[in-house]
Amino acid sequence: MLRDAVLVAGKDLRIEMRSRVGLNQVGPFAIAVLLLFGLALGPDRRELAPASAGLFWVAVLLSTILAVQRSYAIESADAARDGLRLSGLDPAGIFLGKAGAVAAQLLVLEAALTVGVALLYGTHLSGAVVLVAACAVGTVGLSAVGTLYGVVASGLRTRETLLPLLFLPVVAPVLLAATKAWDAAIAGTPGRADSWLDVLVVFAVLYLAIGTVAFGPLLEDE
Amino acid sequence: MLAGRFPLLAGASLEVREGEVVHLRGPNGAGKTSLLKVLAGLLAVHSGEATVLGRDLVADRRAVRREVGMLGHESFLYEELTVEENLLFAVRATRGAVTGITPVLEQFGFGVRLAGLPLGRCSAGQRRRAALAVLVARRARLWLLDEPHAGLDQDGRDLLDELLGSSRAAGRTVVFASHELDRAEAIADRVVYLAGGRVVEPPQLDEPQEAASQSLPARDGSPAIAGSESKAAAHVA
Repeated sequence: MLRDAVLVAGKDLRIEMRSRVGLNQVGPFAIAVLLLFGLALGPDRRELAPASAGLFWVAVLLSTILAVQRSYAIESADAARDGLRLSGLDPAGIFLGKAGAVAAQLLVLEAALTVGVALLYGTHLSGAVVLVAACAVGTVGLSAVGTLYGVVASGLRTRETLLPLLFLPVVAPVLLAATKAWDAAIAGTPGRADSWLDVLVVFAVLYLAIGTVAFGPLLEDE
Repeated sequence: MLAGRFPLLAGASLEVREGEVVHLRGPNGAGKTSLLKVLAGLLAVHSGEATVLGRDLVADRRAVRREVGMLGHESFLYEELTVEENLLFAVRATRGAVTGITPVLEQFGFGVRLAGLPLGRCSAGQRRRAALAVLVARRARLWLLDEPHAGLDQDGRDLLDELLGSSRAAGRTVVFASHELDRAEAIADRVVYLAGGRVVEPPQLDEPQEAASQSLPARDGSPAIAGSESKAAAHVA
């Protein structure tokens, strides 16, 4: 399973590096979201800074949708999805590989967004360990959910509109927990982030487990 | 196999022996592509029996996939990957040895430069060749081909016919659908007719050439594909 996951993740990341959709579209989209939030809330950094954690994670959530849609778009051209099914790869490995590739892209994006938050909102980013931990665990959860619901949506004609409908309500706990963890870190009280990090871990483990089991039947669904 | 509640195949009973080359023939919508997808495990069998290479597709239709190679109307490959990368991915997915890829690429006319070209920049014929190269590189025991000559130039068609003609020696079974009757008749051991999602008796034809093709004898050997059908769905065993 892990061997197959590495193979699929390598394939997806190679395609992304070559097509540069993430770099040219998803990244600029996420930065644009941060800018638009800034415009909506006004130029006063005293108002922006306290909201920066939530704005950061909303931008990450919206970008995840694009990254997941892209992950399945590469499987739709030339019936590559059927090719993936015919490959004989373990479906759990495919799930973990695709989720891993999405997570890797999101982590790079989050690094850029973190800089964006500091520059645009003037947020003083303290508690680096908590910030990084929340990003790492939260991203795993987001990628797992996105990949799981992405395979459902990718087989349908309404895929572009269905994925956000399926994805956003489910990841509300990630938005809440990750935002609270970041708030605690930024406020200089990283100890208060522990319980929220626990929520993120439980969420990530839960959806990794569900995805590992359910992805195969969902991929086969006609 | 159902499309919604409508059976795409209903009455498709077929047995193919190992090493046989079987030509599926029938009008558009007869169920040829659907039957090939059932044999590949891409479509579920809702009623009846289906055994491919000794694997029960009703119980687990994924089990056979590592040993099956399919060429459909699409290439099943990735446009952003190079031809060589596509082959590497396909072979690694089946736990195959990647050392044999270079000769396969050369066999299909992919030198170093062409093999390093992203598939999306290849012509339709080159994509078709790449898809065929994947079948060879994967060493699939059962080839399921849907209009395999389409998009190939003369050399490509000759190469394909040569491969199909040597199937028995190479230890593979081939089931293919084709409307190119001249070529199909030359390489097929047997013709199976489909109409309306059913395997049917050969139609009464006036043309002597077509009538002759129906009488090609089946080769002896163990069954690679076998099936029987109850009433409202395909079963291929």
